[in-house]
Amino acid sequence: MSRNAIAAAVADAHRREWAFVLAATARVTRDLDAAEECVQDAYVAALDAWARQGVPRNPGAWLTTAARHRALDTLRRDRTLRAKLPLLIVPEPASGPEREEGADVIADDRLRLIFTCCHPALAREAQVALTLRLVCGLSTAEIAKAFVVSEPTMAARVTRAKKKISTARIAYRVPEAAELPDRLDAVLTVIHLLYTTGHTDPHGSHLVRPDLVERAIGLGRMLHELMPDEPEVGGLLALLLITDARRATRTDANGGLQLLEHQDRSRWDRGAIAEGDILVTEALRGGRPGRFALQAAIAALHAEAPSYAATDWPQLLILYDRLLRTWPSPVVALNRAVVTSMVSGPEAALGEIGALEQDGRLDGYRYLAATKADLLRRLDRREEARQSYQDALDLTENAAERAFLAGRIAEMSLSE
Amino acid sequence: MAQYAILIYEDEAGYAKGGPEVWQQAGEAHGRFAAQVGEHGAKITGGDALEPTSTATSIRNDIVTDGPFAETKEALGGFYLIEARDLDHAIEIAKLCPAPFGGVEVRPVMDMSGG
Repeated sequence: MSRNAIAAAVADAHRREWAFVLAATARVTRDLDAAEECVQDAYVAALDAWARQGVPRNPGAWLTTAARHRALDTLRRDRTLRAKLPLLIVPEPASGPEREEGADVIADDRLRLIFTCCHPALAREAQVALTLRLVCGLSTAEIAKAFVVSEPTMAARVTRAKKKISTARIAYRVPEAAELPDRLDAVLTVIHLLYTTGHTDPHGSHLVRPDLVERAIGLGRMLHELMPDEPEVGGLLALLLITDARRATRTDANGGLQLLEHQDRSRWDRGAIAEGDILVTEALRGGRPGRFALQAAIAALHAEAPSYAATDWPQLLILYDRLLRTWPSPVVALNRAVVTSMVSGPEAALGEIGALEQDGRLDGYRYLAATKADLLRRLDRREEARQSYQDALDLTENAAERAFLAGRIAEMSLSE
Repeated sequence: MAQYAILIYEDEAGYAKGGPEVWQQAGEAHGRFAAQVGEHGAKITGGDALEPTSTATSIRNDIVTDGPFAETKEALGGFYLIEARDLDHAIEIAKLCPAPFGGVEVRPVMDMSGG
């Protein structure tokens, strides 16, 4: 095998197996930094070893063995040094026939890792950074770039978070059943946040950051593989897949923004939508669907509509009402207002926008101004619409969105 | 087991205005708390209530001033030292700790044993 092919195999194993290898190694080192070093070393060793012996049939198992050997060596050598550091708390699973060594226990390790990274005692931005670093294996430089902060700032954030895990003794474990719903929601929120950051880059010149979007979907897939019976996990994965199915049509050939209304539906990724549909159906089956399953159901309804006009808006309104009851967020209320405008007209929707402006929680949220502007445009109240588009533009940093809003302002200023 | 401090931050006005019943209720609540800690597999190793911040004296760079270190609505009013398995266990205990006029903070106690 050529040098390039080996490097590609190692890179592929990095993308696919990092979390698996690190999670298993951390259990040996009981120190996240040491585990990272051992896993890095194992990947470097793989370059040579695989060139000599060929790529192993199970790269993840090969890398895990190499990293754990390395960890045991280091532990033996540095015992005195390591003993001074607070060790990761690794509670032993309750013993029982169902917990014997095997695939289940190894799968648990990845869950331990992700639940530790998303522990509520860590700030949200630390949860996101740690998840990218430890679960996805991204470098500090890559994470800093994704969130537009300097590399030293991100390095400090990651170091602080790791130090809190060991000093405050955040246990390396999967939460118990009683705490699982809340803890799982934090994990899903982190993955969703990664996705939305990639879906519309807050600062960049392009609308989408495919790297973050793909990482988020990868995490969603991993979590679903590990927790197939959790409806909200399937719901989140469905939401990401169905939303991402529209990625190619969200911008035109010049990178300009294309609204849902004008997207070429024949170019939506039908395979992803079909996969999402199956997941949504499963997620809704249990009754009392959660916020991710309901958002996925909304996305699925849009995906199956033959056109914007022929969308089942009354059914969407019902779903939004259920979503609002489950998750009373002003952002959900804003999206509901758009649906109201399609069912009862823009005038009625403006009433809901007015209530949201009174509420105040969405002050400074660019999509509130943009939605209001669009309703006013549809009512042909051009001067007010122009003003609202201007308000939205003042709050927007993404270049593609700015170009779109500037276009609408020009349109509203023409031929009064 | 590791040591944690549960720091109780509350609005002092709640006790000042509340009168003897509030004190009595607080005393009973802390009594129940002390009993629950053991039932949850943790242990109280120390702790006390503090006199209000009006009795506090601050010293910074050898300069002595009256009052607490920082003027905040919620002041440190007392603390427990506990032993717990890990942070989740300490949080489970801290959630039981009465603080009707504020909340509590969990901090790991620094290990000075030098390993």
